[in-house]
Amino acid sequence: MFAAFTKKESIHKYIDSLKFALYCMSHPLDGFWDLTHEKRGTYAAANTILILTLMVRIMRLRYTSFLFVQVYWEDLNIFLYLASILFPLALWVVGNWALTTLFDGKGRLGQVYMATCYGLAPYPLFGFPMMIFSNFVTVEEGAFYSVLSVFSLIYAAILVVVAMGQIHEYSASKNILFTVATLFAMLVMIFILMIFFSMISQGVAYFISLGKEMLFRM
Amino acid sequence: MKKRLVRILTSICAVGMAFLYVLPVSAKESSYSYNYDYWGDVQDAPSSYAVCRVFTSSDLGLDVNMKNPSGLTVVGDLVYICDSGNNRIIECKRPTPQTLEVNRIIDSFTGDVAVTTFNNPTDIAVSAEGCFFIADNGNARVLKLDKDLNYLMEFTKPDDNTLNADLVFQPTKLTIDTADRLYCIATGINKGLVKYEADGTFSGFVGATKVTYDWTDYIWKKFATQEQRALMASFVPTEYDNLYMDHEGFIYACTGSAEKDDIRNGSADVVRRINLIGNDILVRNGDWYIIGDLYMGNGGGYEGASYFTDITCLENDIYICLDRNRGRLFGYDDQGKMVFAFGGNGNMDGYFRRPAAIDHMGYDLLVLDSLDCAVTLFTPTEFGSLVYDAIDQFDDGKYEESGNTWRQVMNMDGNYDLAYIGIGRSLLRQEEYHEAMDYFELKYDADNWSKAYKQYRKEWVEEHIVIIIIVLLAVVLIPLGIGKFKALKHEIDTADIFTINQK
Repeated sequence: MFAAFTKKESIHKYIDSLKFALYCMSHPLDGFWDLTHEKRGTYAAANTILILTLMVRIMRLRYTSFLFVQVYWEDLNIFLYLASILFPLALWVVGNWALTTLFDGKGRLGQVYMATCYGLAPYPLFGFPMMIFSNFVTVEEGAFYSVLSVFSLIYAAILVVVAMGQIHEYSASKNILFTVATLFAMLVMIFILMIFFSMISQGVAYFISLGKEMLFRM
Repeated sequence: MKKRLVRILTSICAVGMAFLYVLPVSAKESSYSYNYDYWGDVQDAPSSYAVCRVFTSSDLGLDVNMKNPSGLTVVGDLVYICDSGNNRIIECKRPTPQTLEVNRIIDSFTGDVAVTTFNNPTDIAVSAEGCFFIADNGNARVLKLDKDLNYLMEFTKPDDNTLNADLVFQPTKLTIDTADRLYCIATGINKGLVKYEADGTFSGFVGATKVTYDWTDYIWKKFATQEQRALMASFVPTEYDNLYMDHEGFIYACTGSAEKDDIRNGSADVVRRINLIGNDILVRNGDWYIIGDLYMGNGGGYEGASYFTDITCLENDIYICLDRNRGRLFGYDDQGKMVFAFGGNGNMDGYFRRPAAIDHMGYDLLVLDSLDCAVTLFTPTEFGSLVYDAIDQFDDGKYEESGNTWRQVMNMDGNYDLAYIGIGRSLLRQEEYHEAMDYFELKYDADNWSKAYKQYRKEWVEEHIVIIIIVLLAVVLIPLGIGKFKALKHEIDTADIFTINQK
């Protein structure tokens, strides 16, 4: 991702595509159409937005006022916490691509990923200032914080849904249908993964108990 | 080569052995005294109370051993024990802090009534004039006797047509207010406390517990037939188990017979503070519900929620609930925060088998065990006294002393949340807002933190008002100035005289 920066031109392209996330936020329909069709987006910018999202998500644990976020540090697993974004994101991208590719979706897997990441942009963009702002309010004034943080999440969700419609060249109703279908596909994948892991763990447990039994009898 | 083979073999064996080892279960010995922190984790605490002595029948010098005693009332320095099984009431005095001596045994009275003895007396209250109010459970009456045990009057089954005519009046617990009005709890009456005026007339029920039910049960009932409905449990208010009139004239009432899940999710209030018109005015600002133990799993043969069988309230507004289930005492402050929890079931001093009643003499606690037939006298330890001192000092407006006392408490128990909040509140009163904020933040006290922060922010703005205005002016004026300057420069650059000259 950073290797390409040796050329000044590509740095310019990177900055330009990162700025384009702001355009996507204010003009979602136009912006997400151009993202793939006019090649205005780059993977570097998408990765940057994702990394910023993850960073803000972790930083808010420590730097948000305790009025809004209380962390039980003893039980916090930072990797699991990161996975709480990355895992649904991966499921969403794969599920969406797998479904839409069967139903005339024009977006490729990478493009689905890129557009989804661009759609996440409001989260770090609102989240970071909100995190600082939270330290200057009292409990009674906390309603601003709660409303704005919910707003940023809804904003991001709407952007992601709109982005999918634009890159697949879907109509609004078809887009909503496939959003619901993708959510369902995510559930199916989770179900299959759970079955898979429980089978594996039972298989492992079988061999462990077999080994134990042998050692008992030796 | 051979060496290497041996090493591999040993490592394989080591891995095999590792599987064989069952890790020793690290069941932590639960502490006698503990508290819950913000997260609901059990934090061991120094004992707030220590057993001073346990008084059994022989310690009291009784010729007939106590049998299933169920009531304990402290009036001044006199202790009344309702020895229900022997149909008598034992009056004890406390000549020295460590002793209890039997003053007299009340087993009959004089007066113009058919039965002048008691049958299963379960509770007693004493008015300011020295009149006795005795719940004579087996004789279906509450007796009022004067201080020389002469019959004055009796309170019988309330004349209320909503009550079942077959119901036998069985008063179990009672209390009186300063005007000699009687409040009593009777078996089978779930409409609240039965209230009598001083002249003996029944004047209504106060403070019925609110009915809790599950909406699924409700829907289920809608579809059930009449016969099925009759077999189902009906939604009725729970009966109170015990009550206590505090020094302000409010009645603390407790119940243990609520559903475990209702207790856990806070929908059943097992402790209530009832005012004159029957409303619950208990303050519940703590991090957790006032339900005693938060963990209700099976441990040591006991499971389920804490069963509050009696309650008492000290002069400093700390009230103490007695849990019959696990034999524990839970103290809460006037904000509903847990001050201490200690006790357990067992045969040692300070443990109980079936605790039935609790009362206090000053800050000392007396607990009656109905199976052990013994009264346990608890006195505050150094730690407990410091906590009480700190609370008293704060209530008296000695905020600095209170803060210092809380610091001593904190030095003895660094996991004690109330100490941090106490220091914070004392600093808040001393207008040291920034330090106070630190203490509140440590223990996640959002409301107090906000109070401190509001003041701190105000102070900060007032102190830095000049800088703030300068910065604000700079933000507005500098761009303006630059704009003006640029416009002027542009005007000069494009002015006619210069262009002419250049030509």
